[in-house]
Amino acid sequence: MKSKRIILILLLLLSYSNVKGQNCKHTFSGLVEDFHDKSPIVGATVFIKNQNKYVVTDFQGKFSIPKVCSGKIIVEISHVACDPQTLELNISADIYKIIDLEHHEEELNEVNVKGAIGLKTKTAQETLIKTQTLEKFSGASLGDALKNITGVSSINTGNSIVKPVINGLNGSRVLVSFNNVRLQDQEWGIEHAPNIDVNAAKTISVVKGANALQYGGDAIGGVVIINPVKSVIDKDTLYGKSIISQQTNGRLFSVTTSLNKSYKSGWFVNGQASFKRAGDFEAANYNLSNTGINSKAFTFNIGKKQFEKGFELFYSYLSNEIGILRASHFGNVADLVDAIESPIPLFINDFSYDIDNPKQDVTHHLLKAAYYKRFKGLGKLSLQYDFQFNNRLEFDRRIGDNKNLQAVDLDLTTHNFKSDFQLDSNPNHLYKFGLSALYQDNFPDPITKVRRLIPDYKRFSFGSYAIADFKFDDLVFSAGIRYDLEHIDAKKFYLQTRWDNLNYQNDFSHIIIDPNAPGSQLLTNPKFTYHNVSTSLGLTYNLDAKNSFIVNYGLANRAPNPSELFSDGLHHSAARIEIGDLRMQTETSNRFSASYMYNSDKLNITVEGFYNHIKDFIYIEPTGEETTNRGAFPVWSYKQVNAQLFGVDTNISFQPTNNIVLTNKSSLLKGKDLSGNRPLIDIPPFKTVTSLVFKKENWKNFYASIESEFNAEQNEFPNNNFQAYLPLEDRFVTVDVSTPPSAYHLLNFSTGLDFKLSKTKLNLNFSVDNILNESYRNYLNRLRYFADDLGRNFKIQLKINY
Amino acid sequence: MKHIKLLAVLFISAITITSCSDDDPVVINEDEVITTMTIELTPNGGGDKVTLQSKDADGDGPTAPVVTGGTLAANTTYNAVITLLNELESPAENITEEVAEEADEHQFFYSQTGLTSTFTYAGANDSNGNPVGINFTIATGSAGTGTYIVTLRHEPNKGASGVKEGDITNAGGETDIQVSFPITVE
Repeated sequence: MKSKRIILILLLLLSYSNVKGQNCKHTFSGLVEDFHDKSPIVGATVFIKNQNKYVVTDFQGKFSIPKVCSGKIIVEISHVACDPQTLELNISADIYKIIDLEHHEEELNEVNVKGAIGLKTKTAQETLIKTQTLEKFSGASLGDALKNITGVSSINTGNSIVKPVINGLNGSRVLVSFNNVRLQDQEWGIEHAPNIDVNAAKTISVVKGANALQYGGDAIGGVVIINPVKSVIDKDTLYGKSIISQQTNGRLFSVTTSLNKSYKSGWFVNGQASFKRAGDFEAANYNLSNTGINSKAFTFNIGKKQFEKGFELFYSYLSNEIGILRASHFGNVADLVDAIESPIPLFINDFSYDIDNPKQDVTHHLLKAAYYKRFKGLGKLSLQYDFQFNNRLEFDRRIGDNKNLQAVDLDLTTHNFKSDFQLDSNPNHLYKFGLSALYQDNFPDPITKVRRLIPDYKRFSFGSYAIADFKFDDLVFSAGIRYDLEHIDAKKFYLQTRWDNLNYQNDFSHIIIDPNAPGSQLLTNPKFTYHNVSTSLGLTYNLDAKNSFIVNYGLANRAPNPSELFSDGLHHSAARIEIGDLRMQTETSNRFSASYMYNSDKLNITVEGFYNHIKDFIYIEPTGEETTNRGAFPVWSYKQVNAQLFGVDTNISFQPTNNIVLTNKSSLLKGKDLSGNRPLIDIPPFKTVTSLVFKKENWKNFYASIESEFNAEQNEFPNNNFQAYLPLEDRFVTVDVSTPPSAYHLLNFSTGLDFKLSKTKLNLNFSVDNILNESYRNYLNRLRYFADDLGRNFKIQLKINY
Repeated sequence: MKHIKLLAVLFISAITITSCSDDDPVVINEDEVITTMTIELTPNGGGDKVTLQSKDADGDGPTAPVVTGGTLAANTTYNAVITLLNELESPAENITEEVAEEADEHQFFYSQTGLTSTFTYAGANDSNGNPVGINFTIATGSAGTGTYIVTLRHEPNKGASGVKEGDITNAGGETDIQVSFPITVE
């Protein structure tokens, strides 16, 4: 302080002498304005350091400092809401200068709405899961974490392969965006889980319905937006986090750790790695043999982030080896009947960490390079290139030399380039435009020696969108439109008999390029082009401080995916014959939704309703059986019907005192095939989850929570049962693949504490899932025919922040 | 600007790397498919051979197998041998050899409806001394019509009760092939 004063006095003396010796008649005037919208900044301080002169800007953002001496001046401009800026100028005459201050410190691409920080949309049914909640799922999967959101359920293959279902829709209808990269994996089948490590996410938000047009127009079900850890801007900092989890069921061990380093200059580097290992999981009464998982993942991110411009390189790697319940693998319909009729799985071995066939081994690489630049008074331009490589291996139980050879080997390579421009100069009128181009190549390796279920194809797509957000006092209105062109060029072999059976000979003879391929096969070259337009309109209205409404309309078009078009043959891992159809048309969804929110100190209520009419809805269901030498197999065919989905999701939380929170989340969904006037298959039943949390901050952030989860029986389902002949028993039986399992109720408990150790924060959590060790089966689990779901599970988790 | 150049270079190089040739995909004819099961029955003490066959020309395709049954003499013992072929391959692949190689993981089971024949395992056992059943004998009983059902199980539990004796009830495993042949015994 003392030295500062001395300097100040010296400076004053110096300036005084300068006044005498120099020409001090210049006027330094100018305008201080907002970088983004060019609006004047009122009350900014302009301080000429070396001449100790200062003024404050007026209501027009203008300032004028008379009697400035010639020579070099150092000017510091500051304002409470801005980063200070320092200028060096040489004065030899009067000077006028426009100075731009960065008026918002946060990144502008994260458009924040009052009270809903982090959400990507303002007028859609969107829910955000924050880091703290995600951390609880450190040892689980993305699909498990998403189930925390009302209206989101999952369709499973066992307990490690978990696909999110949003308002009854899954697969290609749910778009997953990871660090602004649309995930390109082979998402089409039920047993294809998204290739994401939940630990790589800082926040996840789910937009129900295709209202995030920026990400794609075909997300009829919704968009899952996963944001990795973002680096702090303009600070020298180093921080990290590790989470170690252990659970009894499956003897699962998982560890995840992340480290972030950022510099004042804007440079940053961060990395994150996870490892998870589990052996056979357990149902209430028996071991689920061959259900282990071995998962490795890491991300690495480096870049320079400044206010005006920045760039980023991001790489993510994921490898998942997942065992598939041994008892779910069967040879023909007779085996399936045995499995369904048996109350316990037909294979039960002792616990083991070994993962044997059948299993999956999926590897996903994602590389992204992004650049952004802001233009004064205009907005922000972002350019991005991303590359993804997904390799999917499915191992079956095979014989002979092929014993250890994969039965499915798909290589999906994707290049994507996109540019987005955001006009944000006026915070009340926000516009976004974007273009994207994609090239994708799918290569099913013939090394498998199994006929390809999904053929070789190349896919090109081009998309463009425009979104506008308008903000008025109590009202936010947004509208968007998107156009997508999609072209698919495939090369596929058909068995001559299958070709004839599907009646392709009349409609598709022109696509045959080799009618005499070995083994009575045809080589064909199907090419399809789709033009899709999607739109969304949304309105948020704040009635008063406590009550608000969101209404939304979305039109989405989704082109059929390769599995829906081309699937053909025996899917070994599911022991069913799956048949696609080249005649599939784009499906069109018209979705209307409305939400009402009430927020007060003690009570929060969200009620969301939607109606989704889907024209030409594509789905797969059992349609009979086909006989081969192995015996009969169930045939599952892709069908196209007009459908409607209707649902209500509620989320209520009540906090009578500071220490107690009572919440309830419920979802009710109805799905109907309007063409056939029958219920849709795979619609999640009514579910309600109630939890009571007691927390006390004084006791080291102690909390204890008891949760009750009730899943009703699905009583609306299509009857796809079929008759099968059992040669050994010389009789026909009804194969019941339709009847959903009974309702069930689970109780879960969790508790935790925080400890502070100088610079480190420790958090210890303990939980028990399925306390009562209930035996149950879930309707949306493909393995429900063969085994129960998970039994009791004790989990302990240690989290260290440093 | 520098960054844009970097992006452009990355983009272009990535496209060049993956712009693969436009070759047609390699055709696959599955080598584990059993298109044809043939059972040759040679009567003990001479007489005409009887051949039972199930042929599924398109493998896992939509066309059902063509099954040819046979007429056997009553109260006669036949020596039977099974041949499994994959005729989608050219030349046809003999799958029986694979079954023999992995004898401990495979076992044939025989059963019947409407008839009173007796099936007995013959030929080589697996390394544990358990039957495989590529070779077997059929002792026909009295005249009648019915079916013979031949099932090959992959990874059966050969130690389970009755399995060694040819009872499929407790065998488990997965069905690799299962054929019902119409049979007349006269």
